[in-house]
Amino acid sequence: MKTTPWFKTLLLTFGFAAALASAAPLKIGFAQTGAESAWRAANSESMKVEAAKRGIDLKFSDGQGKQENQIRALRSFIAQKVDAIVLAPLVETGWDPVLRDAKRAGIPVIITDRSIQTADESLYACFIGSDFFAEGRMAAEWLAKKTGGKGRIVELQGTPGSAPANDRRKAFAEGIAKYPGLQVIDSQSGDFRRTGGKEVMEAFLKKHGKIIDILYAHNDDMALGAIQAIEEAGLKPGTDIVIVSIDAVREGVQAVADGKINCTVECNPLFGPKVYDTVAAVLAGKTVERKSYNKDELFDATNSAAALPKRQY
Amino acid sequence: MKAKSPVIWPLLGLAALVLLNAVHDLGFLKITLLDGHLYGVPIDILTQGSRTMLVALGMTLVIATGGVDLSVGSVVAIAGAVCAVLLQGGHSLALTLAAALGAGLLAGSANGLLVARLGVQPIVATLILMVAGRGLAQLIVDGQVIIIKSPAFEYLANGFLLGLPVAPLLVVALYLATHLALRRTALGLFIEAVGDNETASRFAGLAAARIKALAYIFCGAGAGLAGVLAAANIRAADAYRAGENMELDAIFAVVVGGTALTGGRFSILGTAVGALLIQTLTTTMYNLGVPPAIAPVPKALLIIGVTLLQSDKIGRWLGGLWPKREAA
Repeated sequence: MKTTPWFKTLLLTFGFAAALASAAPLKIGFAQTGAESAWRAANSESMKVEAAKRGIDLKFSDGQGKQENQIRALRSFIAQKVDAIVLAPLVETGWDPVLRDAKRAGIPVIITDRSIQTADESLYACFIGSDFFAEGRMAAEWLAKKTGGKGRIVELQGTPGSAPANDRRKAFAEGIAKYPGLQVIDSQSGDFRRTGGKEVMEAFLKKHGKIIDILYAHNDDMALGAIQAIEEAGLKPGTDIVIVSIDAVREGVQAVADGKINCTVECNPLFGPKVYDTVAAVLAGKTVERKSYNKDELFDATNSAAALPKRQY
Repeated sequence: MKAKSPVIWPLLGLAALVLLNAVHDLGFLKITLLDGHLYGVPIDILTQGSRTMLVALGMTLVIATGGVDLSVGSVVAIAGAVCAVLLQGGHSLALTLAAALGAGLLAGSANGLLVARLGVQPIVATLILMVAGRGLAQLIVDGQVIIIKSPAFEYLANGFLLGLPVAPLLVVALYLATHLALRRTALGLFIEAVGDNETASRFAGLAAARIKALAYIFCGAGAGLAGVLAAANIRAADAYRAGENMELDAIFAVVVGGTALTGGRFSILGTAVGALLIQTLTTTMYNLGVPPAIAPVPKALLIIGVTLLQSDKIGRWLGGLWPKREAA
């Protein structure tokens, strides 16, 4: 390969910068949305624990569910001259001015969890998120294999309009479209809540009676609520009604091990390792994938008991 | 007979909804016996609606004094969190229930102190606890969803007594007790007097501030008990989501039930009917298969409808359309 002198200098400079960075602790600012759910708490925890493990000086800011708090946090990170900024944006738009400031200060920004809309794609280095769409597809594929492509499904949706609910619903519908025997006979929102899941499932059971073969829930909380409703109706969850769910929180995996949920697809909140690996790569000047997703696994009767002791959330 | 009762409109609304459901699917009204207890949609409505009924009971009195309590949802979360932590620590059921009730009383006292003694606007005063309370609940459970494994505790929300669901029985008993305490004594009249004109009632010799504070304390206690039912219902304390938006449902129930937001008059029976109306409406959406994204719209329309029918102006206008019927 032909290397020109200027390219060598560039490499040297980057090497030098990397050496400097490894000498002084890396300073990273992380603007979190808030602490609205157990998933979010696990997400923050992972970022903090992994930073401590790697000796990174993490400036953590809790946005308390407000974009203006997050913007203020970003400005303060820029003023503190952090090495990189990680942002979990609360909403999709309105980030351009502050991201431009970060770019001018030469600080790379990594977007996690939810995506943003911007006119200038160069304003952030890359996006690392959860692939809600893949989760829904995995659930559909597992179900098709398990049931041989036959069964009447009731669906418990998440909060209407939210990205995870939209994507998990669409992906699942596309996934089962190949199997005419699999039919969604009813779909209502349980608002991602345990109470909601129980209440809606009670209504489904009264309305459709014994013809329900399968329950697809957009998260474990709703599935766990629905299990109670199924038990109270005198049926056996996991046997009389096959249950497929998403999230794989510890309690959900426990329910899989107990045979009450048949399968739960993980939505991994432990972003820490991947995010810091990416930050290191960006700072070292390597090209990173524009859009990458945290790896999600699937838990069913075959692997849930073994996975249980390792669940961190 | 005295003037037309405000309860008539929510009752008509409830009847219309039940009719709509029955026409759509007769199974809606079916109640069967399953494992020795009643089982059916009406039973679900009563059980699921019991928590809103309980919160709305206290809210009725607060609104009757001319105030409002926005913190009830957070108090539900706090009480649930207290229950979960105590039961997990192996404490007795009696102590757990007392602690949850105590938490509710304490929260109500804080609101009462701010509103009645320090003269803070009710919306602002209770907003403080609404925001801070949820944080407090999360602090109690350390940000985790705690699973409750106590059959006796769960019995309160999901159990059956002689085949009848326990939670609605408890709530109905509380409604009766409250009704007797307020309407068989002068207490109800005092609350209405304070809500109507606080200054005048104070000059008439009423301890207006104390009556107001008592209404908030009662409301807090009701929310605390509702927190017990909410946690027992799902066998878990979810500090993030428990009681979320419950203050709005409670206020809806109270207003639809014919209690004026300006204070000065209240109807406990109306509140009970209003709470059941809201729960029936939610169940109707599931039953008719209305897509969740548009489900809030019929809810809003019904509330607008019932409140419009209760308004004096609309009543006069309708009376003007049919003068003969009004005269008869």
